Amino acid sequence: MSMLSFERKYRVRGGTLVGGDLFDFWVGPFYVGFFGITTLFFVLSGTLLILWGAAMGPTWNVWQINIAPPDLSYGLRFAPMMEGGLWQLITVCALGSFVSWALREVEIARKLGMGLHVPVAFGMAILAYFSLQVVRPVLMGAWGHAFPYGIYSHLDWVSNTAYQYLHFHYNPWHMIAVTLFFATVLALSMHGGLVLSATNPGKGQTVKSPEHEDTFFRDLIGYSVGTLGIHRLGLFLALAGVWFGIVCIVVSGPFWTGAWPEWWSWWLNMPIWRS
Amino acid sequence: MAEYQNLFTSVQPVGPLHDGVPLPRGDDKRTGTPFLFHLLGRIGNAQIGPVYLGTLGVASLLIGTLAFNIIGFNMLASVDWNPIQLIRQLFWLALEPPPPAYGLSIPPLAQGGWWLLVGFMLTVSILLWWARTYRRAVQLGLGTHVAWAYAAAIWLFLVCGFFRPVMMGSWSEAVPFGIFPHLDWVSALSLRYGNLFYNPFHALSIVFLYGSVLLFAMHGGTILAVSRYGGEREIEQIVDRGTASERAALFWRWTMGFNATMESIHRWAWWFAVLCPLVGGVGILLTGTVVDNWYLWSVKHHVVPAYPLGNPVVLDPALLGAKP
Repeated sequence: MSMLSFERKYRVRGGTLVGGDLFDFWVGPFYVGFFGITTLFFVLSGTLLILWGAAMGPTWNVWQINIAPPDLSYGLRFAPMMEGGLWQLITVCALGSFVSWALREVEIARKLGMGLHVPVAFGMAILAYFSLQVVRPVLMGAWGHAFPYGIYSHLDWVSNTAYQYLHFHYNPWHMIAVTLFFATVLALSMHGGLVLSATNPGKGQTVKSPEHEDTFFRDLIGYSVGTLGIHRLGLFLALAGVWFGIVCIVVSGPFWTGAWPEWWSWWLNMPIWRS
Repeated sequence: MAEYQNLFTSVQPVGPLHDGVPLPRGDDKRTGTPFLFHLLGRIGNAQIGPVYLGTLGVASLLIGTLAFNIIGFNMLASVDWNPIQLIRQLFWLALEPPPPAYGLSIPPLAQGGWWLLVGFMLTVSILLWWARTYRRAVQLGLGTHVAWAYAAAIWLFLVCGFFRPVMMGSWSEAVPFGIFPHLDWVSALSLRYGNLFYNPFHALSIVFLYGSVLLFAMHGGTILAVSRYGGEREIEQIVDRGTASERAALFWRWTMGFNATMESIHRWAWWFAVLCPLVGGVGILLTGTVVDNWYLWSVKHHVVPAYPLGNPVVLDPALLGAKP
């Protein structure tokens, strides 16, 4: 059995949201549950649809496989299968599997007597996907505004979409999002490094305590957020970064169609500068 | 239910404040009397200070502050010493590197000389701060993992501002100091070298950037979710595994069939965070020095298809031998 030495006593029934005991079992290391079944359904369907789309496409080169959304002329209607219909179905499968996965995490957290932080955090990532692929296209009136499924084709979409607003780095919410993303990496490196430095102090040295961790950062910058606080800070930075990412792309198009560098003219033209 | 989710610290016990673990002989005394700031305590530790200044720290702060002020005064000079316009145009202002004609020589101060001086001072300041990070860890008997992670960020800083300009033979290739101007530099670099999105090292760097955000959300969320079992006492959990570690591990094992341990998650974290600037720096260093057009490079390596070009085809003047 693929169980860890301490695992058996944690494998108890209960905690399910739907289905009672019916799907309350494990396959190998994986917990199944009702949402495991729905995850499997959506993942299998979506993957097969992608493979179908690849088979009908011009290439099996994994970097170049591309499944594009419908042409703008279809607006928000259903498109024929080979003209974006596949993309529409794959998007439904993706959202279905993401939400199933999150709800499965809720069931596992309940079973283990844990908080719901992880599925809630995952919800922010799902919201980002939903905003890019559904909210913004709906606000702009066509599925064609969503990004295509392909490794390099989605990069082309990012590039093209960004240059439609001349210079996307001037988007203030994009600025905040990037700042938060970089701050998250900084905080992660400091947290990972600090814990490793306390538990791996070098040959012949004893493992250090959280007192040492706090002292290190107080000595260095005058403040240590502490063992509990760093995990709140990290989670907050990560989620806030994604949130501002959502804002920066949803405003681009539905609420701002000009060049982002021009957006800043309100600052240059404020009445307080007149004198 | 919300009170079990541990979002904020609702009760803050207040005791005597810590000066920190004792420092070895030869170190200076710590500076400042520690005090409590209630709002900070809602999230993390309420205690602020003391701080260890030391020679390295003081030297780093002095040189760094001086460099920062030189940038500010150059910006002020560029708006004819008008303080109102400094504030109004702050985001647009820059201390630019020398024009291309100067190559790697030392230009007059007003022609990028200040830029060169500030770059040198900032580098010294950053390296002194690195030495301080290293030394503070050693003096407390800790490993030097934080310092080496910091070194990865310094690598990217030096690639953008020093190594690549030297390899290109011109300071003008370097990044200007300024809010919008440094964003313009990023855009111009990407456009000039065939779109940085086609640079595989840039792609990897972004994988580690997003991966780090994902990891911290997963790790932060997991630890907060098991904080009712003392999960935030990670060192204790590493040396003597408790139910918090076990539940945290099983959560991921049951979710995705794989789990880290309380120690290994911090190795994953460290490597993801470090590799982001590390491979990003490699990607920038190769741009213009080894690879002139990342799109054409990607077409050559069958990563992207050759897109039909518009008519008439615009030739890149640099490919015809024109010098900037």
